[in-house]
Amino acid sequence: MKDFTFQRAAAVDDAAGAMAVHPGAMFLAGGTTLVDLMKVDVLTPDTVVDVRHLGMSNIDVSDDAIVVGAAVTNSQLAWHPVVRDRFPVLSEAILSGATTQIRNMATVAGNILQRTRCPYFRDVHASCNRRQPGSGCDALEGFNRGHAVLGVSEHCIATHPSDMCVAMVVLDPEVHTLRPDGTTRSIPFVEFHRAPGDTPHVEVALAHGELITHIVLPHLPAARRSHYLKVRDRASYEFALASAAVVLDLDGDTIRSARLGLGGIATKPWRAVEAEHFLTGRRASDDTFRDAAEIALTGAVAREHNHFKIELAKRTIVRAFATARGVNV
Amino acid sequence: MCISGTSALRWSRVFATELATSRARKGRINIPIVDEVIAVNTTFRVNDTTHELSIDPRLTLLDALRDVLGLTGTKKGCDQGACGACTVIIEGQRVLSCLTLAAACEGQHVVTIEGLATGDELHPMQAAFLHCDGFQCGYCTPGQILSAVCAVQEVHAGVPSHVTPDVRNTVDSATLTDEEIRERMSGNLCRCAAYPNIVAAVRQVLANEARS
Repeated sequence: MKDFTFQRAAAVDDAAGAMAVHPGAMFLAGGTTLVDLMKVDVLTPDTVVDVRHLGMSNIDVSDDAIVVGAAVTNSQLAWHPVVRDRFPVLSEAILSGATTQIRNMATVAGNILQRTRCPYFRDVHASCNRRQPGSGCDALEGFNRGHAVLGVSEHCIATHPSDMCVAMVVLDPEVHTLRPDGTTRSIPFVEFHRAPGDTPHVEVALAHGELITHIVLPHLPAARRSHYLKVRDRASYEFALASAAVVLDLDGDTIRSARLGLGGIATKPWRAVEAEHFLTGRRASDDTFRDAAEIALTGAVAREHNHFKIELAKRTIVRAFATARGVNV
Repeated sequence: MCISGTSALRWSRVFATELATSRARKGRINIPIVDEVIAVNTTFRVNDTTHELSIDPRLTLLDALRDVLGLTGTKKGCDQGACGACTVIIEGQRVLSCLTLAAACEGQHVVTIEGLATGDELHPMQAAFLHCDGFQCGYCTPGQILSAVCAVQEVHAGVPSHVTPDVRNTVDSATLTDEEIRERMSGNLCRCAAYPNIVAAVRQVLANEARS
């Protein structure tokens, strides 16, 4: 690990300010990504600003929204009774990721900013445009079984690893931030993450020193009928090969509206908007879900080892919707 | 900008600290000590004993426990958050000490395997691991036991896991399935594969607590 200066921010305002004077500084919250990647020299901040204990650890519930502090842990959010009741898909997604120990450490903001698990990103001896812009991408012709088929570019095919974000993307939250100059803004979650395109190293909409303070989950009554399905190589403690977050609003057998998020197969938390439009007004049958899945995977681009993910993702979508259809609300 | 109240003192630039000395004394220098580091003053409690340390900011809690405080019950397995051998309890929650910077533990209370027994009386989970033969080589066992202690507390709190059929419901310790125990313990790997007996130990504690 490279040497760095450790700073404990005393207040939220100080944290953003500390970043402003240190271009090489990074925020530390749960540490499950940052400390891990600092150990393998993928991240080398010269200053680490600890923002874990600045009072951003509350979940505030009202009829209109749930306001989640940036430092709320993944466990805290997944286990919250109102979250489990209103947004089962969110609890299920979080509980399917990592382990209790890691979920107890990892924060909600940290999960949103989680870095890819692409082995070439994590290996400083490999070429990776995300880690070192312009150096190339060893995944393209390398071992790419775990890599993305949606949102890929010729510069990067790394998968976004988060489960929580796949549920978040269908719930349309707003990410609230504080900038070093003291101003605040909110960013729609669906616009927060960037597909790699020509600039894989630009992963999110944040500027340097911009601190996530909280996330606002608007009330969505339809989300009581929701589900997260994760398919992976082993039953626990494993990243997704394919996952689907679904919300289904039914009027008898007819779909009033549907929402579909995809994980394990895309370079960012993926919202399948065209498939959602297709489902609106149709009968909630497996055939309909299959047709929607075909639409969701239109444009998928596979490499040598990950072609299986396209069919796997379609079947995951069908099963996720079929399960949601059977939920008692 | 104000970083902590006593920034001038806290960020005093010092030469390689007592940590280097203590590592050298024990002949166990396993990370390079640079000529000059900005030490971090950190105070936290371990098993009810308060420690005031001046440490290299790169030091993990795992290395602080083992190499600075001499509490070697906490084990280093993968050192990258994959195996659970380094599990400790901070503020009542099980976490991984290998991914926790010691400097980030300011004001926190850490419980390690050394802090679990009351004198010579083993914690019920320690006794259950012995009774059920929940280990072979024993290297993962401190992490397994601390994780299991928290898993039982989480079950008593009723919170769901990934395999709970409906996350809207609470779980009940009396009807908890082996699948639930396995999922809740999945963050602790055992290369000897003592898993069936570890599940039995956790179940024994749940059953005993239900009876009492």
